[in-house]
Amino acid sequence: MKTAVIVFPASNCDRDAAVALEKITGHKAEMVWHRETTLPAGIDFVVIPGGFSYGDYLRSGAMAARSPIVKDIVTKANLGLPVAGFCNGFQILTEAGLLPGALMRNTGLKYVCRPQKLKISNNNTRYTSKYGNVSEVTFPIAHHDGNYFADDETLNKLEKGGRVVFRYDGNPNGSARDIAGICNEAGNVFGMMPHPERAIDPLHGGTDGINLFKSIIESI
Amino acid sequence: MPRNSKNKPVITPEIVAEHGLSEGEYEIILDRLGREPNINELGIFSVMWSEHCSYKSSRRHLAKFLTKGDKVIQGPGENAGVIDIGDGDAIIFKMESHNHPSYIEPYQGAATGVGGIMRDVFTMGARPIALMNALRFGEPDHPKTKSLVNGVVAGIGGYGNCVGVPTVGGETNFHKGYNGNILVNAMCVGLARTDNVFYSAAKGIGNPIFYVGSKTGRDGIHGATMASAEFDDDSEEKRPTVQVGDPFTEKLLIEACLELMATDAIIAIQDMGAAGLTSSSIEMADKGGVGIELNLDKVPQREPNMTPYEMMLSESQERMLMVIQPGKEQMAFDVFEKWELDVAQIGKTTDTGRLVLKHQRKKVCDIPIAPLADDAPNLDRPYEIPKSLPVISLSDIHETQDYDDALVRIISNPDIASKRWIWEQYDRTVMTDTVDSSQSGGDAAIVRIHGSNKAVAITTDVTPRYVQADPYEGGKQCVAETWRNLTCVGADPIAITDCLNFGNPERPEIMGQLVGAIEGMNEACRAFDYPVVSGNVSLYNETNGQAIPPTPAVGGVGLIPDLTHFATLNGAKEGDTLILLGETTGWLGSSIYLREILRREEGAPPPVDLEAEKRTGDYVRKLIRMRRVNAVHDLSDGGLAITACEMAFAGNIGMSLNASVGIPLHGWLFGEDQGRYLLAVDEHSVNPVISTAKDKGIIAQVVGKVGGDRITAVGGFDVTLQGLREKHEGWLPEFMS
Repeated sequence: MKTAVIVFPASNCDRDAAVALEKITGHKAEMVWHRETTLPAGIDFVVIPGGFSYGDYLRSGAMAARSPIVKDIVTKANLGLPVAGFCNGFQILTEAGLLPGALMRNTGLKYVCRPQKLKISNNNTRYTSKYGNVSEVTFPIAHHDGNYFADDETLNKLEKGGRVVFRYDGNPNGSARDIAGICNEAGNVFGMMPHPERAIDPLHGGTDGINLFKSIIESI
Repeated sequence: MPRNSKNKPVITPEIVAEHGLSEGEYEIILDRLGREPNINELGIFSVMWSEHCSYKSSRRHLAKFLTKGDKVIQGPGENAGVIDIGDGDAIIFKMESHNHPSYIEPYQGAATGVGGIMRDVFTMGARPIALMNALRFGEPDHPKTKSLVNGVVAGIGGYGNCVGVPTVGGETNFHKGYNGNILVNAMCVGLARTDNVFYSAAKGIGNPIFYVGSKTGRDGIHGATMASAEFDDDSEEKRPTVQVGDPFTEKLLIEACLELMATDAIIAIQDMGAAGLTSSSIEMADKGGVGIELNLDKVPQREPNMTPYEMMLSESQERMLMVIQPGKEQMAFDVFEKWELDVAQIGKTTDTGRLVLKHQRKKVCDIPIAPLADDAPNLDRPYEIPKSLPVISLSDIHETQDYDDALVRIISNPDIASKRWIWEQYDRTVMTDTVDSSQSGGDAAIVRIHGSNKAVAITTDVTPRYVQADPYEGGKQCVAETWRNLTCVGADPIAITDCLNFGNPERPEIMGQLVGAIEGMNEACRAFDYPVVSGNVSLYNETNGQAIPPTPAVGGVGLIPDLTHFATLNGAKEGDTLILLGETTGWLGSSIYLREILRREEGAPPPVDLEAEKRTGDYVRKLIRMRRVNAVHDLSDGGLAITACEMAFAGNIGMSLNASVGIPLHGWLFGEDQGRYLLAVDEHSVNPVISTAKDKGIIAQVVGKVGGDRITAVGGFDVTLQGLREKHEGWLPEFMS
């Protein structure tokens, strides 16, 4: 099992993602610099971590989505490579067109960091299968631009296709239909604003994030 | 500005005064140079001898502090203090003020305060792992308060969140004494290896000097001088002296510096903080006993036509200066270019002992370095330590007739009310090592040392009303309270950093507050073997002659050697017994009760018995390590009643307090006697905990029970936990809406 974490200038959850991947897979993740043009050979799963890529002085994730490495990720994701983006990673995936919709400024206009209850909307995805009958988890959130937006047609399509994977229980940011995480049609690309990698150790206050990583890793 | 025939400015007495230099100080400059300085040289002397850079009013008093100890690797005098936490790990930390800029421009002032303190820490080779902040605002009704809170909180969050260092705790007070001068004190804690700590002393002759980071602009020119003067009604005009922060560049700078620090390329490194290129180059040269020659044409510049004066005095942020090992220049260029940072070789070390600046092929400054440091003014300002306010007898303090109302008013007053609105705007969990933070309302934040089973505990504290009432006792108290806070989570307190915020030192009573507080703090430091390893002094916090309450903020750091034994205030369970350790006399002088219920701000503050304090704290730590306690919280603002409420909120469980024995009820519930802890323990632990305490000469008594969903005290209040929580949580969001 080979995993990779993409590092942009001012990614800041890259180490956190790598720690989580190593804990689940038993192997160190490859840290891939944004200027690389291709992923290392044999990568089975890619995480695009949280942070403020390129400072996010433009729209969050907009510049990262146009970086050399993301071009290669888009190509390989379209061929079926599992790719997950958390927080800024989710923003980058929408900007890169791998996931529909956009993340706007929170309706409260403030950055918000808190443990957030989530409902698992679909337990049959490659990212949630290990949760079994569990329908509620708590992951930390920490973002300023987490307000998920898409037009009604897109939202209906997402819901119909079982692609809304997580919803907020108590919407913290104004996201349409309480959406916290979605996947693409093929189910290999997944993005969410909350941070599962910050919920993998009892000292984090909970370990609900572990099964998300286990689900995708075991599906490969 | 008057100019001579060569169109050069002439140094007139007005220009000297504008630079904040006294006539006497100017005489020394003339003497050391043997000639009149040019404007660049005058500017350099001016910032180096400003209060902010030279500590001229406080230096001789700061020298009294205990600064050494078994665990101290580096005390005051470097960018930050360094302590040994075992296994080859070092903790590097410091707290610093950014008061004046934050009042003028709250977002940027606070943001650059966070950026500056982080640079002090990673300059020494540490990865920043936690941020804290101690904030003081004016009274809520003051027209500026709300916008200042908004701006400061957004600025702290905007910077720290982007850089990806968790902001894990802090404190926020409101008082009319800060209406004209808010306080923004930021603390950073970093982790390094003891064998890879970096210092600022330049070494060797002819070694290359590198400039790295943001370009130099015209922002913040003379910021250090601005921070060394009082405000008046025109302070808004000082906005251009405030710097602008760029957290993105800071993040790149951290990663790039740590990457280069993993090699042997760096001889010395210093961030450009107050007084920018001037103080960084002079400090490096002075500490290393060498000279420095800089070619200002090589300095990366944001704007065209910058003068040497502007370049040397700019406080543009996110810049570092380093001396590189000859032959390793390319290695340095490669790392900084990888991180897309501006980098330039701008000069070299020399054997002249002089600072020589060249600009457009001309020498624009040539001054000896030693006098800048050695002859810096070291004033013995007259001082009068204010006498303590008189002790108020409990019988002269009216007992409330409505305890429910008193409890609600105290729990929802601005100083005690929940600060959730603030800390939810800070990323507290990035880096995934935060074990406890503001979220629990606990005494100290707990941050794990990455990849290990040990942790640092971090806290900030000061009770300005105590220091105002009695600088010496108040000084003792702020150090003791941080020691107590660290103890509450089971940490061994190691050392402190401090941020001494006072008014105008030219007034003997203000100088007396400073001296009194330092002496009180020092007594506590010595009693606990708890040295000061870093800090800063912020004076002239006055507007139109009105000084702030004396506010020596203390940041304490301790070590939890094993995370299988720690405690917080969360953990009390149904049926637990509440035990109070420490002596209760019902002290209400300078208390929250007196201020909030009776509108009286007076009376001697509670004294701190340092011996009893140490005995009790050592015992609490032992109990935590023996796992005898389920929850621990120290007693501070609002006394036993508020401590019990906070423990109840954290554990989401009710508390019932017993009747008072021998002390009037208002003193029993709201008295602020020092050196006390509330413990929640299993029933079977009650007897051993109390009997061992008695053997050790510690007063211990059962004061109540845990359980249910109400907060009650026999003969006093009886309210629902939920209702009280709503009051506690409600004040700040409502104020800010």
